[in-house]
Amino acid sequence: MAFDLFRFAAPQAFFPLAGKLIPWFSILAGMLALAGLYIAFFVAPTDHQQGEAYRIIFIHVPAAWMSMFLYVVMAGWAGVGLALNTRLSGMMASAIAPTGALFTFVALWSGALWGKPTWGTWWVWDARLTSELVLLFLYLGFIALKGAIPDPVRADRAGAILALVGVVNVPIIYFSVQWWNTLHQGASVSLMRAPSMAATMLFGMLLMALAAWMYSFATAFARLRAIILERERDAEWVRLQRAAA
Amino acid sequence: MNWGSLDAFLAMGGYGTYVWGSYGVTILCIILEILSLKTSKGRSTA
Repeated sequence: MAFDLFRFAAPQAFFPLAGKLIPWFSILAGMLALAGLYIAFFVAPTDHQQGEAYRIIFIHVPAAWMSMFLYVVMAGWAGVGLALNTRLSGMMASAIAPTGALFTFVALWSGALWGKPTWGTWWVWDARLTSELVLLFLYLGFIALKGAIPDPVRADRAGAILALVGVVNVPIIYFSVQWWNTLHQGASVSLMRAPSMAATMLFGMLLMALAAWMYSFATAFARLRAIILERERDAEWVRLQRAAA
Repeated sequence: MNWGSLDAFLAMGGYGTYVWGSYGVTILCIILEILSLKTSKGRSTA
């Protein structure tokens, strides 16, 4: 028991750790994004059906993945907070929500700009697009609900219930292309597909997804630090922190 | 991949509006989020 992970469940222990990790996640995000963008524009070949329009995939798919993944992580932390009454969990959920909403918006926006030249329409009310829009409203609802309740403990509880109920939407988004007849294509990454063309595309997409992942860590931790300072402002260590800053 | 010229790169085979519209708004969102984080940090520590 040389290293006690649970020590970092306390805000005053996690605050400096998050501060140390943020620059590393930021640098990694920047480097992965540069490599991903290089592949996206200079290595990946032109698609023989969609021409250059398909290059939106390098934004669209990683954003869509992150939008779902971050929601599950957010709801997971909210659930832990609800079950165990741990202080940091609710703050973690609050810290993730705006970044999740950002990626959801980017997925919808890039999808509309991709849909217009390939499907001939910005938007259709099909299962995939509608459930992703519902995800955006869940994120915004979560943020608004927590913002509307002044008592942080009650806000965490109410937010957690909303987040956990909304989790049911994530498998609906993911499997919507199989369950319903949608205009949206099926899963982009499949082990069944021929790898000849997909190899560079897939690699670029994975780099962009990793960049988005690192970016999410950096922004969530930065927001978490601001939330910790706000919520624990009466604690002794925060006063010492401010005196030192 | 060789685009030949900057114009060809910006034109994206006629899909420039859609491709750059996607990337541009994404970058704008990221810049806005980072700026909001910088100001919120400043406010809490002030």
